[in-house]
Formats: sequence, C-alpha cells, structure tokens
Amino acid sequence: MTAAPPRARRVPGWLAVAVRRVVSAVAVLWAAATTAYVALLLAPGDTVDILVGDGADTPEIRARIVAEWGLDRPEVVRYLSYLGRLLQGDLGRSYQLQRDVGEILAGQVGPTVRLTLAAAAVGVVLALVLAVATAGRSVWPRRVVSAAELVAVSVPQFVIGIVLLFVFSFSLGWFPVSGAADPQALVLPALALGLPVAGVLGQVLREGLERALEQPFAVTARSRGLGERAVVARHALRHALLPAVTLAGWFTGVLLGGAVITETLFGRPGLGRVTMQAVTGKDMPVVMAVVILSAAVYVTISALLDLAYRLIDPRLRSA
Amino acid sequence: MTELAVTRAHPAAGAAPLVAVEDLRVSFPASGVEAVRGLSLSIAPGECVALVGESGSGKSVTARSLIGLAGPGARVRASAFRVGGGDALTFGPREWRRLRGRFAGLVLQDALVSLDPLRTVGAEITEVLAEHDVVPRAARPERVRALLEAVGVPDPEVRVRQYPHQLSGGLRQRALIASAIAAEPELIIADEPTTALDVTVQAQILRLLADRKAAGTALLMISHDLAVVAEIADRVLVMKDGLVVEEGPAREVLTAPRHDYTRALLAAVPSVSAGPRRPPRSPGTAPPDPVLAATGLSVSYGSRTAVDGVSFQLRPGETLGVVGESGSGKTTLARLALGLLAPDAGEVTLRGGPWSRLPERERRPLRAAIQVIAQNPLDSFDPRHTVGRLVADPIHTLPKRRRRERVAELLDRVGLPPELLGRRPRELSGGQRQRVAIARALASRPEVLICDEPVSALDVSIQAQVLDLLAEIQAQDGTALLFISHDLGVVRHLSDRVLVMKDGRAVEEGDADEVFHRPRHPYTRELLAAVPRLPGRAE
Repeated sequence: MTAAPPRARRVPGWLAVAVRRVVSAVAVLWAAATTAYVALLLAPGDTVDILVGDGADTPEIRARIVAEWGLDRPEVVRYLSYLGRLLQGDLGRSYQLQRDVGEILAGQVGPTVRLTLAAAAVGVVLALVLAVATAGRSVWPRRVVSAAELVAVSVPQFVIGIVLLFVFSFSLGWFPVSGAADPQALVLPALALGLPVAGVLGQVLREGLERALEQPFAVTARSRGLGERAVVARHALRHALLPAVTLAGWFTGVLLGGAVITETLFGRPGLGRVTMQAVTGKDMPVVMAVVILSAAVYVTISALLDLAYRLIDPRLRSA
Repeated sequence: MTELAVTRAHPAAGAAPLVAVEDLRVSFPASGVEAVRGLSLSIAPGECVALVGESGSGKSVTARSLIGLAGPGARVRASAFRVGGGDALTFGPREWRRLRGRFAGLVLQDALVSLDPLRTVGAEITEVLAEHDVVPRAARPERVRALLEAVGVPDPEVRVRQYPHQLSGGLRQRALIASAIAAEPELIIADEPTTALDVTVQAQILRLLADRKAAGTALLMISHDLAVVAEIADRVLVMKDGLVVEEGPAREVLTAPRHDYTRALLAAVPSVSAGPRRPPRSPGTAPPDPVLAATGLSVSYGSRTAVDGVSFQLRPGETLGVVGESGSGKTTLARLALGLLAPDAGEVTLRGGPWSRLPERERRPLRAAIQVIAQNPLDSFDPRHTVGRLVADPIHTLPKRRRRERVAELLDRVGLPPELLGRRPRELSGGQRQRVAIARALASRPEVLICDEPVSALDVSIQAQVLDLLAEIQAQDGTALLFISHDLGVVRHLSDRVLVMKDGRAVEEGDADEVFHRPRHPYTRELLAAVPRLPGRAE
C-alpha cells in the first residue's frame, strides 16, 4: 500500500523533508542558546560577577561586560541582542582569557576533530571486523569477542586510557605519554575513546547480521550459489547497518563527552580540555558557547544520519 | 560413481533422475528435533513432484536439504543421496554451491522478504547471472530484461530499477521466479510459492510454474494446500511428522487416498461448492430484524478510498461472509462495524439503534454485544498474560469466584483443557490460540462476532476444527457472524449470505448459494474461476 499523497498543494517529497529538517534544526539550536542564557540568568549572584568568573576583576572589565551584554537595558532587548549576536556568529568574549570565544574554540577544533574522527574510525573498523568475523560462526571465538566487547563497554574510558598509558607508554615506551605534536600521539587517545564505541557497535552489528542471515532473502541468496562471505557482504551487512546508524547519534555524545576526559588524561589540546578549564575556572561565556556548539554538532550529525538512512533503506525514500 | 555426466536431458522415459535419495534423515542435534525420519524421493527430469503436509511435517527441511540448505546445525544422513548426477554424501561446500542456482533454483513464499528488500530487482537477478557466469558481463542487463519478460513482468526496463516493496505481490513473486530460473536450472524448488498471494494472482503464478514445467524444467512443489498441488503435480508425497505416509500419482492420491491422514486432510479442505447445512427458514415467518446494519458506509485514508458506499444487514443467528482480495477494504469494514473507526459517510446501527454515531463514552457499555476474533492472536494478545487472564479480561467486573467459574466454562466450551489456564500465548499451538481468542470473544455473551480472517494462519485440519467450533457456537447461541476472509472455500463453508468486495465497493451481495453457483458480477466469476479445485469433487 502506498502512502497517500498530500491533499493540498503537492510539495516534492525531498523538499518537504529538507524544510522540516532545517526548521527543527533551527529550533534545537534556538533552544540550546536559550537554555544557556537561562542558566546564566538563574545562576546565583550578580550576572556581571558570573561573567567575570575567576578572571581579573577591574572596573574597566565590568563596564565592558555591562556594555557588551546590554545589562543596562531591558530584559527583552538583552535577550534579543544576545540571539542577534549569535546569529552573526559572535560567540562572545572570555573576560578571563581576554579573547573572543570564537577565536579560542577555533584554535582547539582541529585536535578534537582529529581525535574524535580517529576514535570513530577505530570503533567502526574494529566493530565491523569483529562482527563479520564472528557472526553466526562457531561458538568459541564468538564468546571470546563478545566478552571483550562487554569489557570495553563497561570499563570507564579513563580506566581504559590509564591502562593503555601504563602498558604502552610507561612500560613499553611505544607511544608518547602526552601532547599532540606527532601522529603517534594520537594512537592511544583514539583507542581509549574508540574502544567503548567498538564494543557497543560490535554487539549491535553482530546481532543485526545474525538476524539478517536467518531471513528468507539470505536463504534465497545462498540458493543462488553465493558463499557465506558474499551473503554477508552483499545482503546481510546493509540490514545490520540500520540499527547501527540509529546508534550513531549516541556515539556522537560518547565521543564529545569522552573527549573532555581523554584530552585531559593525555594532556592533549582540544575542545574538551578548553571545556574542562572553562568549567573549573567558571568562565561562563566559554561554557555557553560550548553548549551551543555541541548542539550544532548534534543537529548536523542527525541530519547526516537521516540522509544515511535513506541511502541504505530504499523503503524510506518513497515515504 | 560411474555416471558423472550431468544430464541436461529433456523429459524422457528412462532418463537418470535429477534427484534420488533413499532413507533421508535430517536432525537438529542442538534442539533434539528429528525433522525428517527416513524419506525416499526421486525426481525425474521435467517431472512435478509435490510434497504436501501441515506445518512441522518436515516438507521444507526435506526440500532444502536437496540443495544442502537444511539449516545451520542440521545433520543430514541418507543411505543414498544423488543430486544432479553427483553423490551428495561426498559434497563439500564448494560442490553444493556449484549446484545451487545452476542445477536447482529456489522460490520461497513471500517475495517481499525472499528478495533482499534493500536491493533492486535487477541486482537480485543479476547476482545469479554473475555467480554462475551465465552470460558475459556486458550481456547481463539484456538477459535480466529478457528473464523478467519471460515471467510476465511488464515494462522490465522500469522494474529492474525498482525495489521489491514497489512491486505488487504478483509481480514480486514473478521477479523472484525470474531470479530462480536465471541460470536455467533443471529443477525449481518452490516452497509455498503462492501462499502469500491473492487467489487470482495465485492462479497466474501457478500457470507460470506450469509453463516452466512444460518447457522441460522439473518442479518440486511444497505446499500445505492440496488443491494448489492438484493443479500442477504429477506425483504427490504426503508427509506427516517427518515421514511420507502416502505417495502416488497426483490424481490417485487426491481422489482415492489410501492413508487415513490423507483422507482427513482432503476432508478438511473447505470447498467452494458446499455450504452450511441448515434447515431452510419456514416460509411465511418474517425474518428477524437485523442486529447490525450498515448503510452507505464510506471512509478514506488521505486520497485513497478504503470503503466506498457499502451497506449490509446482519440478522441474529446468520453468517454474512465478506470476501475480497488484499486491499479490497475488508478489514476497514470490520473496524467500521466494531465502531473503532468513524465513517466519513453512512451509518452503522446496532439492534436498530445508533452505533457509529454514538460518542465513544456511550458506545462503551454496548461493546459487550459485539466482539472480534482477529487473524493472529499472537498480535492481539498481551504476550505476558496467561490464558486465564486473557479470557477473563472482558468480564473483569464480575466477582472473582464467579469470574473463575465463567472462564472454566468458556474454556470447556471451546474445547480447551483447564490445564492451559496458566499458559501464555507463545506456549500454545496456533489452533489453541485461536480457541482462546474465541473464548475471550464469547466471555461477554456477544450478539455479534466479527471474525477477520480467523483461520487464515492455521493448517487445514485445524482450520476445519475452528470453523466447526464457530458453527456450533452459532447454532447454540444464535450469534450473528460477520465473517471476513480472502479464502472463498472458508467463506462458503460458513456463510448464509455473501458480500463480495473489490476496491472498497461491494460488487455483489446475495444468498451464498446464489453467489457461488450463479455469480452475476464478472469479478465474482473471476474470483471463483481462480480458486484451485481438488479433482473428483463435484464442483
């Protein structure tokens, strides 16, 4: 049964989807910006004190804050000018560091992107290899791998990081202990961040593969003379990817949150480290910007996932 | 091991059989199930052999073990096992793979899931051509088109780029058959190839398979439906509990069965020619007022009209059968009758009073009078509830002791032992589940029962038992039945009057005998002509 076409004006399906997507993305970003703003208002104490944080407190700085945040003007104007500033891409100013927040974050995006991409690659590749190698196979390798996955999922990232550091840096000396100067320094942090992802993803993929391999279309594929590897590669894997893609949104959170701990532990520069410092130093403008930036990342990722779904499953395209 | 040459032979007397297996045994040691327990089978080139039996009889496992696909963990043994001219007892994975697709093609039940739903029809067919290198790469697109054309798919250029869900059930099944015959196998194994299809489409697919047979391809047909088998098979093997209980030429087995089980199976098949035996209403007495009536019901979903101006009357103690193919609006009609869906136009009345017009709050107290039995109780039961709780659900207002007595009474009435009280739906057989559904529907002493495909998921012998139970209840209680089914035989078996639906409209309505013997509407005639019939039955 096909879906009924809309009764009123006919809008092309993809356009309707795109419009809906953009509207909801804007709504999410607005909500994130407003939440950050409300948090600033609700924080106990004087707003100027909060924005100053642990930084230098001089009458000049205080005057500047009042001017930049419009604190001498009515509430509504204040809020609207805050949103207006964000719309222009101005994330405000850190009065502790005496620099624009946008500038601070821009300088730290690179290392974090490298770390999270490397960790995501570790997670996806490990999970794929292990799931394909063990799905529907003999009992023993399957048991060993799923036990390892369980460990990777349940052990906190910082413990994995410490163990990795202890073994590969302190004892074996294969990798640098800290810093981000050379590419080798990326290996251990990426592993620490990526292993839990590999654990969850591996379990989901294997379960999806095993379910797909029992479906009638897999029987049909075998009845054509295909070997088991071809059945997995050409048929089962795409089916197994669908639930994995659903989880990708969650991974984004794990990777972003994990970056804070991992960067601190391995002494790497990056957004996580900046966030950590901003929170401990009560640098509110930076914290607010990080909240908005994370929301933007989430929104982008989930739009991409929507697209990925449609690419993988043709049944979603006609809707 | 002397005759190694694969016979690419025409059906000829004395040609070596394609498959010759003696004392086949298939077991699943992990679960301790012995699916096949000593079966012998041979298939000659160009011959159509049918394996019939009810679910769990081992017919599918038998067929799949002929291409080495009995399933994971299956243990297959035989005293002799020759497939495609080779000794299958010595086959490794490589030999089996060479045989699959090339020597034997497999056609499964529902192409919506038997073709990969994420790949285009063209990709699926090309896969066979590529795997066995049937034609050079450049010639493959042309061959795919030719294959689709050969199985009667119109506009093959468009269809190759479409996905299974974009095709109708019949076209999908044709595409699946095209993929099975792409490497020109000598044998097609068809496992319930028409079970998911409407009767007119089923007839087309059976004709297509018969065409392949006429072209010289042997056919191993697996079906629970004896009438379907009768249309096409040369020889029939009747299976029960992993054994063949009867074997012989199709006509003989189906008209003069020797084994009791075969006889029982045949007797259970409802026929489109025999209706319920009921004393005719004495002339002169006025028919009672209808308990449920609909006038000019229409409802649409978006721009699609699901039910279009349908009227009917249902009198106490009578059965109104509603037949039609999938998408004809039968289930929507049931939802309208139940007051679960408000009509866009028209009205349903209950006992002459308003029903569809009532606000839900006023309708709720009257709901006891009209109950439903759905096709699959596994979906309509809470899987965590016990049988006792499920049956007691509509009478939860009764005091506890009275309620318990009533549940026991109801179970007894539908022929279920009291031991089942504590079981959950998953722990019951299909027939038992449907009996529980009937018991639950009867709990509130309804005047009307709406049955939506109540026996479609059941084996034929269980189906007959459930139909008999419904007839018995109706005779005792005078319950009115609105009986919805795509199966004309089943409808005929129970109905006094029949309503034929097509595309949301009632195209014909009348006395069941009239409609089945002297159909007026061309669509009714088409439906009746498409019903597969058992040989030797007076139709």
